[in-house]
Amino acid sequence: MSGLTHLQRLEAESIHILREVVAEAANPVMLYSIGKDSAVMLHLAKKAFAPGRPPFPLLHVDTTWKFRAMYELRNRAAEEAGMKLIVHRNPEAEALGINPFDHGGRHTDMWKTEGLKQALTLHGFDAAFGGARRDEEKSRAKERIFSFRSAAHGWDPKAQRPELWHLYNARLHKGESLRVFPLSNWTELDIWQYIVAEGIEIVPLYFAAPRPTVERDGMLLMVDDERFRLHPGEVPVERSIRFRTLGCYPLTGAVESEADTLSAVIQEMLLTTTSERQGRAIDHDQAASMEKKKREGYF
Amino acid sequence: MTAAIIDLAYRPDDLVAEDIDAYLAGHAAKSMLRFITCGSVDDGKSTLIGRLLYDSRAIFADQLAALEADSARVGTQGANIDFALLVDGLAAEREQGITIDVAYRFFSTEKRKFIVADTPGHEQYTRNMVTGASTADAAVILIDARKGILTQTRRHSYLAHLVGIRHIVLAVNKMDLVDHDEGVFAQIVADYAGFAATIGIETFTAIPLSGLTGANVTGPSDAMPWYRGPSLLAHLEALPVDDAREAARPFRMPVQWVNRPDLDFRGFAGQIAAGTVSVGDRVRVVPSGRITTIATILGPDGARQVATAGESVTLTLADEVDCSRGDVLAAAGDPPQVADQFVATIVWMADQPLAPGRGYWLKLGSQTVNATIQPPRHVVDVNTQGHLAAPTLALNDIGVAEVYCDRPIVFEPYADGAELGGFILIDRATNATVAAGMIDQPLRRAGNVHWQSIDVTREAHAAQKGQSPRVLWFTGLSGSGKSTIANLVEKKLHALGRHSFLLDGDNIRHGLNRDLDFSEAGRIENIRRIGEVARLMADAGLIVLTAFISPFRAERDMVRGLLPPGVFVEIFIDTPLAVAERRDVKGLYAKARAGEIADFTGISSPYEEPTDAAVQIDTTGRSIADCVDEVWAALVADGYLEA
Repeated sequence: MSGLTHLQRLEAESIHILREVVAEAANPVMLYSIGKDSAVMLHLAKKAFAPGRPPFPLLHVDTTWKFRAMYELRNRAAEEAGMKLIVHRNPEAEALGINPFDHGGRHTDMWKTEGLKQALTLHGFDAAFGGARRDEEKSRAKERIFSFRSAAHGWDPKAQRPELWHLYNARLHKGESLRVFPLSNWTELDIWQYIVAEGIEIVPLYFAAPRPTVERDGMLLMVDDERFRLHPGEVPVERSIRFRTLGCYPLTGAVESEADTLSAVIQEMLLTTTSERQGRAIDHDQAASMEKKKREGYF
Repeated sequence: MTAAIIDLAYRPDDLVAEDIDAYLAGHAAKSMLRFITCGSVDDGKSTLIGRLLYDSRAIFADQLAALEADSARVGTQGANIDFALLVDGLAAEREQGITIDVAYRFFSTEKRKFIVADTPGHEQYTRNMVTGASTADAAVILIDARKGILTQTRRHSYLAHLVGIRHIVLAVNKMDLVDHDEGVFAQIVADYAGFAATIGIETFTAIPLSGLTGANVTGPSDAMPWYRGPSLLAHLEALPVDDAREAARPFRMPVQWVNRPDLDFRGFAGQIAAGTVSVGDRVRVVPSGRITTIATILGPDGARQVATAGESVTLTLADEVDCSRGDVLAAAGDPPQVADQFVATIVWMADQPLAPGRGYWLKLGSQTVNATIQPPRHVVDVNTQGHLAAPTLALNDIGVAEVYCDRPIVFEPYADGAELGGFILIDRATNATVAAGMIDQPLRRAGNVHWQSIDVTREAHAAQKGQSPRVLWFTGLSGSGKSTIANLVEKKLHALGRHSFLLDGDNIRHGLNRDLDFSEAGRIENIRRIGEVARLMADAGLIVLTAFISPFRAERDMVRGLLPPGVFVEIFIDTPLAVAERRDVKGLYAKARAGEIADFTGISSPYEEPTDAAVQIDTTGRSIADCVDEVWAALVADGYLEA
């Protein structure tokens, strides 16, 4: 008998994790950020609970600044899965008009970190699936699959529960919650490989196409709508670009590329000699920035 | 960044550029090996992992640039790259130069994908290593060639073997510092072989290497022509993974979740722990023992005829049998065992030591039960593997103890498989995972003690007395008024012709429990015995009153759990400490304050207040009769007693 391939082992592990949470948590939710990792996670959820639907809603913590193509796929993906989609926008950030042009780091803090905490508290979710992977960043390498958060949504690296075998401790006191990462052991290449093998739909922005862009601070930014503030003398230029990661469009750097098929994108990814997350401005802070953000409740 | 370093950064396979689809097809067919590296910082463990990532070109140019900068700033290798910095993750530990937890790293070669569990080498070692090893197929044990077999080598080897890792690789590191001498290597291998046999390690593979220079890490080394074996990476690429072994065992699948999307479908979802299963196979639902047939198998990609160990599937059964989360579906002719008492090896992982006799949640597969642990038969000295006597288990202790569950569980000895042999213990108050356990064997008596079927039932006893049995559990500080109130409540019951009995300190501590002291373990056992006596009396139809401080919530909950729902009635005499101490009827507070009594509740030992008491009353400044009336009225009003 030939053994399971690494993708089969990863798939089986993720499905086990998804089911374990549904069996033990009172009110789970899946964080859906519309990126390729979210797409894989949603796909696995559909498999885990077939022939039924995944017995939890999707939650998108919206910043109002995502790419238009992301909103389009989000609505369709939720509908096709037959799952309820909850969209949360931090009302305070909305009232203050927080945006990536004027508010820098506060944009992420208020829309994403605060917005997420608000949504989890508002709906009383005690377990939230997230698509983070251990290979993304150093402090993630030590993250548990079931990550325990205090009632204030804080993450204390010293208070995390040991995880042995495939036994996960999901017991909580009132107000406490879990962030659960079914893709912990997947690498970026595994994600791409699985998208190819399973024919999973992803946002077209991952594929190269001519798009209006400006170059700013060494980053190629896409002018996705009329809210983009052009500097004096700045004129959008059409370039063939694609994105390696997707976030708020004014904060997400594109790469110039001709790769317009999955194979070509993966080929380009593998031929690239810099790490994946360089396109995202959030990581350009000091080396330990992600750990700090996690302590504060960032996903 | 220097040119030499750029040259060593991630470089893709040639096939990626030539034929990406062929490359992807090859990658998709790769197997996966999970391994753990064991050793302390001094052994060069992080350096070795950094070197593996580096030489297998899993590091990107930008990461290397950051590494070069970090090496110059905080590195320990002078002008050279400090590979350890690649592996050390959290901010605090980077500053201290130590790793503090289990970290998982990923890399792949043309043949295989690897997940490395990296664990630190200081005092938290046992806990972290056992955690990392629990999911590993292989262990790489590092030895400093200059130092040979050390105490820690023995500890790492013992732990790897304890967790059941079958592939042990002895990486004799820092060969560059012993002039790549064959004699040094041969002596270390001979020493290790002698030791390994004593702890039951049957085979191992030894490789001489240098994490610093890269010799024999990913390729052969010119410096050691006398060594003709594989490099570390080549060996890891060639190790057999355990899939086939698991698949050859009898079928077992813990039921994780019952899938009922509509009335027409009832599927049992789970990950197959062992064996294979086919449509039409006869399976047994354990523990109920009902036998049925597999109707359909739903795999990740739809309907299947066969599924095998490691896969997550959904099974439907031919008959409408009772089956839910916690049950195990197993080969009909070869089911796993069922027992409520067994002997296990337990690794304690919490700062708070084991409280023998206290209830913990035990999670094994998809089963969660309440379990108590007896004082350990012995604790293992991980350095010498000798057996020591100890009253409890403290952080990082490994001991062998009897485990009693409140109901039977389905299990296999850990040696047969981790999925039904490994468990965790969870503290019922804090919900922390406090221990990992491995079942050695069931206790013989578990199979032999059967409940005597009784004709005169609990209900018959109660009906004869014309009352509903209760256990009125009075709890509160010493001097709070528990005994006084309980005594008067019993007098009222007696006057009404009810059949009752009062258990309090005098008739218990001087008799049944006179062998117990006031330590935490003694107090837990005291309450356990009182709970059992109260249960017998309630079974006999009596209204039992108890008056004990019973300071720990866990023990009160344990007694509640012993009794049928609604029988246990918690009455919290909530007199504040200052008031109780002022009363000090027996002069105990004065002695405790003077340090003459250790572990005195309220002074030197905690009192955990009830969170859901049926009755709660503060006696401060009130007459006894008034308090008794209020307790009585509350019990009657809530239906616990009939007036």
